[in-house]
Amino acid sequence: MQMNLIEMKNGESAVIKVLPNGEAAQRLEALGLHGGKTIEKLSCMPFGGPVTVLLDGRQFAISHGIAEQIEIEIQPAG
Amino acid sequence: MRILLMGNPNVGKSVFFSRLTGVHALSSNYPGTTVGFTQGVIRHKGLCADLIDVPGAYTLDPTNEAEEIARRIINEGADRVILVIDATALERNLVMALQVLAYHIPTIIALNMTDEARHKGILLDVERLEKELGVPIYKTVATTGSGISDIVDNMDKARVSGITAMTKEERWQKIGHIIAEVQTVTHRHHTLLDRAEDISAHPLFGGLAGIVILALSFTLIRFLGEGLVDHIFDPIFENLWLPLLNKLSAFLGEGYLRSLLIGRLFDGAIDLEQSMGVLSTGFYVEFGMVLPYIIAFYAALSFLEDLGYLPRLAVVFDALLHRFGIHGYAIIPTLLGFGCNVPGILATRVLESKRERFIAATLISVGVPCVSIQAMLASTLGPFGVKYVASVYVVLLIVWLILGRLMNLTLSGFSPELIVEIPPYRIPSLRAWMAKLWFRIKDFFLEATPLVLGGIFLVNILDMAGILERIGRALTPFFHKVLGLPPSTAVPVVMGMFRKDIAMGLLIPLNLTAHQMLVAVIVLSMTFPCIATFVVMWKELGALRMLEASALMICSAVTAGALLNLFLAAF
Repeated sequence: MQMNLIEMKNGESAVIKVLPNGEAAQRLEALGLHGGKTIEKLSCMPFGGPVTVLLDGRQFAISHGIAEQIEIEIQPAG
Repeated sequence: MRILLMGNPNVGKSVFFSRLTGVHALSSNYPGTTVGFTQGVIRHKGLCADLIDVPGAYTLDPTNEAEEIARRIINEGADRVILVIDATALERNLVMALQVLAYHIPTIIALNMTDEARHKGILLDVERLEKELGVPIYKTVATTGSGISDIVDNMDKARVSGITAMTKEERWQKIGHIIAEVQTVTHRHHTLLDRAEDISAHPLFGGLAGIVILALSFTLIRFLGEGLVDHIFDPIFENLWLPLLNKLSAFLGEGYLRSLLIGRLFDGAIDLEQSMGVLSTGFYVEFGMVLPYIIAFYAALSFLEDLGYLPRLAVVFDALLHRFGIHGYAIIPTLLGFGCNVPGILATRVLESKRERFIAATLISVGVPCVSIQAMLASTLGPFGVKYVASVYVVLLIVWLILGRLMNLTLSGFSPELIVEIPPYRIPSLRAWMAKLWFRIKDFFLEATPLVLGGIFLVNILDMAGILERIGRALTPFFHKVLGLPPSTAVPVVMGMFRKDIAMGLLIPLNLTAHQMLVAVIVLSMTFPCIATFVVMWKELGALRMLEASALMICSAVTAGALLNLFLAAF
């Protein structure tokens, strides 16, 4: 089931499917967040704050606006 | 020989650099602080070479200024490259590594933080990695210095890699392949620091923790600052400097030079707070009142930085700061501004767009009171009661919010969104912390102080020429009607705009009421903290933007003063 990073629940893992257009994609890729990578959502700050994710054992914070544009697919457990 | 030191941000490159060259360089956890590269010389057992600390970059397809500079530097060519790779994040580090190796410059790899990798349960087959990449690899722990001399001793073993340039997709494939062959991750248990990480990202507790930490920090800073003043700086000034000045004063006798350097005498004695000379009040305020707090301030900030807490703070504040056109990282320059606006504004280089830098820099100079101003607040309003001092902070905060909102709504251009790595918490190393503190204080001396003292000199001359008196008199009716201030304040306020250090010395004897003092102090707090800020804004933003910022500053200060005057009159 496809949804964006904001809609995803904390603690869930998902595969990145689509990155937002433009400059944000470049910056994300430079950090290792590209299509096909598995990430785990750690938390989301209230009031439209950033999302914190875990990728390859490293934590990253992504602003709300960009997180909304990242399409992911939930990995079924197991 | 020209050697480049390259790698991702946060891999320990700067610590490496300082150990290799013996020059203390700044090692920071947030991106962009080593933009504008550092150069040093390695002298070791017959090897003498220029070492360039290239700004940290995640990729040579530049996404920001630091990466552009990195690319430019390597494009200029080099004899050797020392590539620093973070063993705890091999996959990501390989992106730039492969790009660098494709330049076919003889390279040595320093595999850093192997101790942390082991602690995290990450095991690397270094021999296999050497084969894959085609260059020699040495394990290092930069913070202890372990492995660094191996690198230098074996510089001649640097090899040209077989890796060639490739497309992004080919690179991802290659990296996937290397990781599969080289890296295994085993399970490890949660440590105390790991639990701390979980808390700071928590939606509710993260914010609370942030506020608590900030409150604790400011308390500690005050405590430390006061301690330094009472036990070190005041005694030095009373017992060493003052007698010297007295001798100088007697030697110079009456005249312009003495007025300039020593200032006014009170019953034949020099008053360090009120005499206003460059060497008396100028020196005392700068080195006896501001410097101790600068030291305390940077001590606390550097600690939080090395701990790894600052990016988490940025995350907590991002949602809020976005409404004002800047993103979470602007919290760092803003906090720096509480120590001294000059490094605060310089730190806005961290922000990626001109628009953000302009907003952040303007907000800092208008709404963030530096130590000098805070000292003025304490001495002018303190006697009236703590609530007056506190209300200044409140007013400044309100101004910051409103002005930020206005700028965000009206300025064109865009502010990029927050995407940042949160480094793991690290127990700060004492050595690195002290080096950073020293470096920052040295910076303050070299960048801000000459400008402040120069400004004092200039203002003294203008005062002696009677120019400030004339400006003051011209503005008196305005001061009276709009700000509710008596005519005697006109000249002090005008002077105080350029010399915060003397402002309090000038205002105190005027016997203003609490309300009048409040208005005068607010207006002064919001205009240029000092000549140094003026100059730094010019350098960072350009003349045009600097004038815009100044106009905004003066308008807000006057508006705030006028509104405050009306508001207080109602009581």
